[in-house]
Amino acid sequence: MSRQSFRLEGGGRIDRARALGFTFNGKRYQGYAGDTLASALLANGVHLVGRSFKYHRPRGILTAGVEEPNALVQLETGAHSQPNIRATQIELYDGLTATSINAWPNVKWDLMAVNNRLGRLLPAGFYYKTFMWPRSWWMTYEKAIRRAAGLGRAPEAADPDRYERQNIHCDVLVVGGGPAGLATALAAGRTGARVVLVDQLPELGGSLLDESAGTGEAWRQSAVAELAAMDEVTCLTRTVVTGYFDHNFLIACESVTDHLGHTGAQPHLPRLKLWRIRAGQVVLATGAFERAIGFKGNDLPGVMLAGAIGTYHARYAVTPGREAVFFTNNDTAYAPAMAMAAGGARVKVADVRTEPGAVADRARAVGIEVLPGHAVVSAAGHRKVRGVMVASLGAEGQVGDPRYLRCDLVGMSGGWSPAVHLFSQSGGKLAWRAADACFIPGVPAQTTRVVGRANGTIGLSALMAEAHAAGADAAKDAGFSGSGDAPTLESDQPEQAPLQPFWSVPAKPKSERKHFVDFQNDVTVGDVRLANREGYRSVEHLKRYTTLGMGTDQGKLGNVPGLALLAEMQGVTVPEVGTTTFRAPFTPLNFGAMAGRDVGEFMDPARRTPMHDLHDEAGAVFEDVGQWKRPFYYPQPGEGKDEAVNRECRAVRNAVGMLDATTLGKIDLQGPDVPALLNRIYTNAWSKLEVGRSRYGLMLGEDGMVIDDGVTSRLGENHFLMTTTTGNAARILGWLEEWLQTEWPELKVYANSVTEQYAVAVIAGPKARDLLGEVTDLDLSADEFPFMSWREGTVAGIPARVFRISFSGELSYEINVPANHGAALWGALMETGEKHGITPYGTEAMHVLRAEKGYIIVGQDTDGTVTPLDLGMDWIVSKNKDFLGKRSLTREDTARTDRKQLVGLLTDDPQAVLPEGGQVVEELQDRPPMTMIGHVTSSYYSANLGRSIALALIKDGRQRMGDTLHIPQPLGGPTLSATVTETVFIDPDGSRLNG
Amino acid sequence: MFLIECPWCGPRDETEFSYGGEAHIARPVGGGHDMTNAEWGHYVFHRTNPKGLHRERWVHSHGCRRWFNVVRDTVSHEFLLIYKPGEKPDLPALPKSPEPPDGPGR
Amino acid sequence: MRYSIFSLARNALSYHEKWPEAWRSPAPKPAYDVVIVGGGGHGLATAYYLAKEHGITNVAVIEKGWLGGGNTGRNTTIIRSNYLWDESAAIYEKSLKLYEGLSQDLNYNIMLSQRGVLNLAHNEHDLKELSRRVNAIRLNGIDSEILTPTEIKKLVPIINVSPDLRYPILGASLQRRGGVARHDAVAWGYARAADAHGVDIIQNCEVTDFLVEDGQVQGVETTQGAIRAGKVGVVVAGHASVMAAKAGFRMPVESHPLQALVSEPIKPVLDCVVMSNAVHVYVSQSDKGELVIGAGIDAYTSYGQRGSFHTIEGQIGAITELFPIFSRLRQLRQWGGIVDTCPDASPIISKTPVDHLYFNCGWGTGGFKATPGSGWAFAHTIARDEPHPINAPFSLDRFSTGVLIDEHGAAAVAH
Repeated sequence: MSRQSFRLEGGGRIDRARALGFTFNGKRYQGYAGDTLASALLANGVHLVGRSFKYHRPRGILTAGVEEPNALVQLETGAHSQPNIRATQIELYDGLTATSINAWPNVKWDLMAVNNRLGRLLPAGFYYKTFMWPRSWWMTYEKAIRRAAGLGRAPEAADPDRYERQNIHCDVLVVGGGPAGLATALAAGRTGARVVLVDQLPELGGSLLDESAGTGEAWRQSAVAELAAMDEVTCLTRTVVTGYFDHNFLIACESVTDHLGHTGAQPHLPRLKLWRIRAGQVVLATGAFERAIGFKGNDLPGVMLAGAIGTYHARYAVTPGREAVFFTNNDTAYAPAMAMAAGGARVKVADVRTEPGAVADRARAVGIEVLPGHAVVSAAGHRKVRGVMVASLGAEGQVGDPRYLRCDLVGMSGGWSPAVHLFSQSGGKLAWRAADACFIPGVPAQTTRVVGRANGTIGLSALMAEAHAAGADAAKDAGFSGSGDAPTLESDQPEQAPLQPFWSVPAKPKSERKHFVDFQNDVTVGDVRLANREGYRSVEHLKRYTTLGMGTDQGKLGNVPGLALLAEMQGVTVPEVGTTTFRAPFTPLNFGAMAGRDVGEFMDPARRTPMHDLHDEAGAVFEDVGQWKRPFYYPQPGEGKDEAVNRECRAVRNAVGMLDATTLGKIDLQGPDVPALLNRIYTNAWSKLEVGRSRYGLMLGEDGMVIDDGVTSRLGENHFLMTTTTGNAARILGWLEEWLQTEWPELKVYANSVTEQYAVAVIAGPKARDLLGEVTDLDLSADEFPFMSWREGTVAGIPARVFRISFSGELSYEINVPANHGAALWGALMETGEKHGITPYGTEAMHVLRAEKGYIIVGQDTDGTVTPLDLGMDWIVSKNKDFLGKRSLTREDTARTDRKQLVGLLTDDPQAVLPEGGQVVEELQDRPPMTMIGHVTSSYYSANLGRSIALALIKDGRQRMGDTLHIPQPLGGPTLSATVTETVFIDPDGSRLNG
Repeated sequence: MFLIECPWCGPRDETEFSYGGEAHIARPVGGGHDMTNAEWGHYVFHRTNPKGLHRERWVHSHGCRRWFNVVRDTVSHEFLLIYKPGEKPDLPALPKSPEPPDGPGR
Repeated sequence: MRYSIFSLARNALSYHEKWPEAWRSPAPKPAYDVVIVGGGGHGLATAYYLAKEHGITNVAVIEKGWLGGGNTGRNTTIIRSNYLWDESAAIYEKSLKLYEGLSQDLNYNIMLSQRGVLNLAHNEHDLKELSRRVNAIRLNGIDSEILTPTEIKKLVPIINVSPDLRYPILGASLQRRGGVARHDAVAWGYARAADAHGVDIIQNCEVTDFLVEDGQVQGVETTQGAIRAGKVGVVVAGHASVMAAKAGFRMPVESHPLQALVSEPIKPVLDCVVMSNAVHVYVSQSDKGELVIGAGIDAYTSYGQRGSFHTIEGQIGAITELFPIFSRLRQLRQWGGIVDTCPDASPIISKTPVDHLYFNCGWGTGGFKATPGSGWAFAHTIARDEPHPINAPFSLDRFSTGVLIDEHGAAAVAH
């Protein structure tokens, strides 16, 4: 275990009493509680952490936060593994294991680094210009490209962790817990408004965390304590707001147990929690990101952002080097430079400004050599910076003679970009502030305020005043007041001198190919120049052509410089070349958290009937029908599907079968105008349906196509019960309500779903009457209880509505009982029915039985393109009244008499079963293509008929009775021939039904 | 995710509602049997689909199950008016809705 | 300059300082033979085929923003031709055939990757529909096959074929010639090739009105002035209704948000496109390593290029069910497009009530795959003032006559 030789003697927020061991690339190291993986690595002198995406150049830790493009690691192994995690965001825990990604065999000796040598051949978009010949080789080229691309690896096993989502509502949401966010939350919280404050770090304070003592720290502690004492204020730490959507809806992801490591996690906690926040007012205090500057080799490990150096120094007590050169165009790089100098490091500052102002004098006073009007033009080193060339800059940008400075650390600062991401996501427009060379929030699109550095505000006192005012205003707009006075926190930062916009050191084309703008994706100044030259001149073309900003950091560092360089090349201002916009998520958002608990059985909870367990005990195989689980068939020992279905079908025709029909949609209709409603939505007439009777109906859409069918019964003068197909129950209720409420409000009708309120057992077969007679008080004689009627009575002692309707063509009773009695009813009928040979049957037998009778199934024999006339159901289409869809039936195409029509098909070979979905042709060809005239919609072996039967939609089918047609089986199997017939195969005169 | 003010239940999350298409498309009196095919086709299929203010229907399907009408800006997604069936207040006078920021897409 | 490995090597010597621009940025001329409104893939393809197939080169493509910036640059890049109805199969297959030679035809690598498109079936009804579709596709002479769960697992080892899934995978159809392509490259390749034929591509120019005299279009009014034209073709996807309103008629289309997202890049785990109607999933892995995931359309109409977050949440739940190892991966970026959907989920490539004004729209969620075929057929329609037999079924009047081509079964899930 190596020692932490770059750890400072004192200071920082780490807990030196708690040493933590961790492994990086197979080597053991030690850090402290409070470290990130990045700070712990730097403390151990480890700079080389990863390889870049395209050229596989060695890369180190560039930043100290979410914007990190380089230091991505594979965290942990096995099922707990996660790719592409930023070392700068990983809180160190004992036993942590991480490896570099995108490097083989290892990060030091990466074979793919050959791309770096070939880099000259691989400019932006090179792949659009080659790999085209020979045509067939692209898939081979692509394989190699794919292997080289990608970053980390997906875990190899299912995720063992649990995730949650939680809704939260607030009057004021404050995003960012730095000084501005704290001041905002205090101002809003003091009014009694419900406030949520969200920050990504484990501790509130943001940039204030960079001082461990002093007035800033004292104020931070008091602010945090005051917020904690407020009942209506919720502080969420380790939480990143990733998305800002319409109507002030925001998404935040809280890391609940990641900092404990998976071995330390508590099983009752989710790993991550996705917060779905609905806010009245939103205040964004999201800070700013420092920018890099383009120079040759600015991507070498040891070249860092100046502010990051300051953070590692102050927060983690780590000095990332001992001999540093800072390269800046603004004042902010001087603070970390002076901190390093104070810590004993040798420090020089190259400042592109010829007159850096007072800050340079203060730096000189502590022994720092300041080079005004100078730039770092290149960095030297192999896998780690060991020196830089600096040169003077002329007024026209001429670069003077370079000289070599030895160093082991470079800190660069190209100015700051306010973190306007969430503001942009919310729909707000950005404005360009030329003085600071940055985009700042412009006109908001929602009730959004932006404060602090995110708003381009510089200086602690100005920032606090702004934040306090925003918090008070937001609370006021939410209906609260009493924010008190703004906090005063004196800043020791003197007035800043202006920044001088500077994006990249002027250089020759060869050198510009090593000036990196987007570090992760290896986009250089040369690439930007190439895109511009080739006409990819809009910002979006630049991004897409070069992949600038498309990495996992989504351009937090590179977008603004890239845009500015493009503007410079075109000789226009930045806003003229375009603004950049941002899309969610702000930082990568875990899929598991997005899914929350809606996985596994909760993805779409299954609906089961009250008789489900009895089916299960009987060995039923279930099928999914919509959300329902329905018995498909009930195989007995040794039976396959065909044997079981044949047995079930024979039982229904010869004895009695029982089907669970609970899942059929049931809609209770009440009111004096129900018949009028039925007349309008069904194709047939309903006014004369008597109480106690039932009738079949077909529904059409306004386009004239069949959407549903079912039986509706009149329960009382003003009371009806409608049934729908299983899958359409909710849709049809909605359909009725839509027409009732929006088009026909004059109709007095209430519609309500009672699908779940009743369990339904259907008994069907010649012995159905005998069976039912044993357990009911109803008179079942054909005269008293004829086909298409219903009666109320008791069955097996349970109050029941019994409907004598049939989907099998047999004597059939559909027994409806309150759902809680469903299992009792089923059990009683099974018991009593045993001597009658009762056989439970499933949906497949139901399908066969109804096909034997030529009954359609909507959705199987129809597909949204079929009219009642196509189905040969002219008898149910009223000529005397209007109904939904009627007008469409007379359009020229719909009125054609040679449309596809439902017919029966009987195969020449009675044992051959046509494939459902088989396409029907009139004239066979040796090979495709051939003209198809229709398709097989339903096809079964009918055990009762001893042969196969089928229904098909065939063009001009009714004129083809007796014709022979062909059904090729291109997926395998012989071409089958069949004769066109009527659709009813069994009991055409209905004597079984009516008996 | 929208926050929609049901005229009967108050503000609720979008997930409780279903969208019901353009509002105020009256079904032709008598069922359109005196219309040409083209006129009927317009009723069934053609919609204004405006960029900007749109009168449309929503139903509180996981709440009171009642339908209502709204005026929504199809660019900003702002709900400007919400009213009950049978009502039809005038469109609000509004500045032209701004173009959405041209997102970067894929 | 012709693109090849040799020109790339030659230019490397000069540090890529000598590449010419891929297309010019001309000022609009006062008049053209044909003006195409809309510089997406379909519009650029139309201009290219007008020049290449019909010799009409005095053409301008007018684009409101940047070319390829609409749905061309926002889709999930899936290409397939496994459509149910003959009419659809014909035009999507024409498109796929053109795609197969497009890199060479345009001299621009559009990275067509025919890695196969898998459509999953999760219940008995799905299986029947699958069989119907595959039978029809095969008899139309197009490749398609049916796989068992075991075969699916072999092709996609990371997929969960457990029968205990809420909606278990019972089978799938596979079109091996289907796959993905680089969407931006399709737009850029057509732009460069059209430009080489003399077509003027005018970006950042918005058409504000049509010039119509005696029922015949005479040109367009734009933010850069009036441009006269003998014929005008409008192919603006989600904005079709807006343009139609300017021309004085309505379209049977509605514009909806369609969202998509990508994960962070990871090493290859998924070698084909996987689509599922029942659980609303479609996913592929890009050459860069990102998982490209499509969401369903939001029900409401919108021109906002964004949809609702819960739509995406639902999608991700289904994805992690099918691919359990995706749960620890992360969404990198999401975006939205505006898709113009027809009541029958089929497009419109048609003459209009205004003479010499043509519309191409209604591609809904599936326009990218149709880009070459759509441009090819639209170019024919404009050049001849009559539809090609391949797009005659997709005329506007079908909404009066009732000859709809209802692909809802095929397009129940956005793709």
